[in-house]
Amino acid sequence: MKILVCISKTPDTTAKIAFIEGNTKLDESGIQWIINPYDEWYALVRAIELKEKDPATLIHLVTVGGVDTEPIIRKALALGGDEAIRIDSTSHDSFTIANQIAAVAKEGAYDLILTGKETIDYNSACIGSMLSALLDLPFISLADHLELNEKVATVKREIESGEETCEANLPLIVSCQKGMAEQRIPNMRGIMAARTKPLKVVAPVASAATTSISAFDLPPAKSGVKLIDPEQMDELVKLLKEEAKVI
Amino acid sequence: MVLVYIDQADQQIKKASLEALSYGAAIAKQLGCATEALVFGTVKDNLADLGKNGAQKVHQLKNETLNSMDVKVHSNLVAAAAKQLNANIVVFAHNLNGRAIAPAVAVKLDAGIVTGACSLPNMQNGFEVTKTVFSGKAFANIKIETAIKVIAINQNSFGLVAYDNAASIEAINLVIPPASIKITKVEKIEGDIPLTEANLVVSGGRGLKGPENWGILLDLAKALGAATACSRPVSDADWRPHHEHVGQTGIQIAPNLYIAIGISGAIQHLAGVNRSKTIVVINKDPEAPFFKAADYGVVGDAFDVVPRLTAAIEKAKAAN
Repeated sequence: MKILVCISKTPDTTAKIAFIEGNTKLDESGIQWIINPYDEWYALVRAIELKEKDPATLIHLVTVGGVDTEPIIRKALALGGDEAIRIDSTSHDSFTIANQIAAVAKEGAYDLILTGKETIDYNSACIGSMLSALLDLPFISLADHLELNEKVATVKREIESGEETCEANLPLIVSCQKGMAEQRIPNMRGIMAARTKPLKVVAPVASAATTSISAFDLPPAKSGVKLIDPEQMDELVKLLKEEAKVI
Repeated sequence: MVLVYIDQADQQIKKASLEALSYGAAIAKQLGCATEALVFGTVKDNLADLGKNGAQKVHQLKNETLNSMDVKVHSNLVAAAAKQLNANIVVFAHNLNGRAIAPAVAVKLDAGIVTGACSLPNMQNGFEVTKTVFSGKAFANIKIETAIKVIAINQNSFGLVAYDNAASIEAINLVIPPASIKITKVEKIEGDIPLTEANLVVSGGRGLKGPENWGILLDLAKALGAATACSRPVSDADWRPHHEHVGQTGIQIAPNLYIAIGISGAIQHLAGVNRSKTIVVINKDPEAPFFKAADYGVVGDAFDVVPRLTAAIEKAKAAN
């Protein structure tokens, strides 16, 4: 069993977001970088659990990014990846990133490709779906359970009215969300081992960007909270009806 | 032509798709072109009614195997339909199914895509769409640089627009590819209002002290006809089901009204709810950071305030 886990570097969930250079660039000062939580907590940890059941499993990690992504790759290796591939491109265009990962996926002939449901920075939720088109493979999105039985995967996914269980033959692409696995903390042995695990850097394949970011914006600040006396809930209902017009 | 993919669940058209249709019709108006809708499966709604949300024509591929999502099959079909109908712009709702297939459709059409869009395109200088980024902490203006464009519009970010026409319905002829997945079981959550579609949401945090105290919140939600949500510590402690967790690593929502009870308002929680139109915060700590993001605040004990609010709502309803 060969599993490819796609990981991405994102700002920590508590990061305060600000922009510089005329709102065209993220202000990275003071930002702590982490593995995108959906990639780490759900996709990677589930891959590690599958490897614990079947030790012959190989887990490869792939990320698209500059040399600054290597600390998060080492952390992912410390958690339990076997090998990592960094594709040396700093593109923010989902299509370009998916093309890079597709090239690695083709070469590696993986049985299973896992992604997080989205990254917490650009929230595009594109990579799994795009890989499905680029590799012509089935894709199950927003999965919270995944079991493997020989060459068949059983996956539970979120649907509008509840949950659906599906089966698909491998190879398969799955995007993972809460419920799939529980967050882990790397142990010292893992951290030591990660230092010597292979981290291969490959050049990006040619791919024209289909989108570009022209500027960022912050949400307008709230004009200030209107405090209502806890004894006066009729007043709050009146404001919600007549001023906010939401009920 | 603007082609809007109409999503369904349980053979019913989702509100998110009607919003996407109104959004697509507004883009078509900007461009001076037609708005057409694409419906798969055996939908029970009256398709001519899609005219009321802006469709001039509805293309239907009526086949019951298409009632549940198979990304490989659906993305192939949407792309084939877009090519056959010469669509320039393909619009999806950024809901569960839309996010599963829209990016694959974009690849098949050599189209640039913006998912999580929250504005009409700005065509002053190319074709720019604003989307939410950093889980609601910011916006980005994305320029789509391809001839064909795909947009997935956030739920509750573009209101329904009423049009005074009935859409004509045409069958579309497409070859359905073989299924790539097999659905073996469906488990439905009965009765709940889906969070992402709810206009009103009542949400609880650690301030409620334990799952046994949720009754006051459920009563308030019932009085309002609101969906229920919770903060991450609450779902992590299994006080409430995981699917109720809103925040940066849970669901991001944008209801008309979000009432937060006993939630301090950590930045990760705000990221999931700060697109709500009106925010009411009930918390006994006047220093809770959530008050800074709120429109209305009540500093008080939830166990006193919430039943009183429920009673006030019941009273207002009875007076109507």
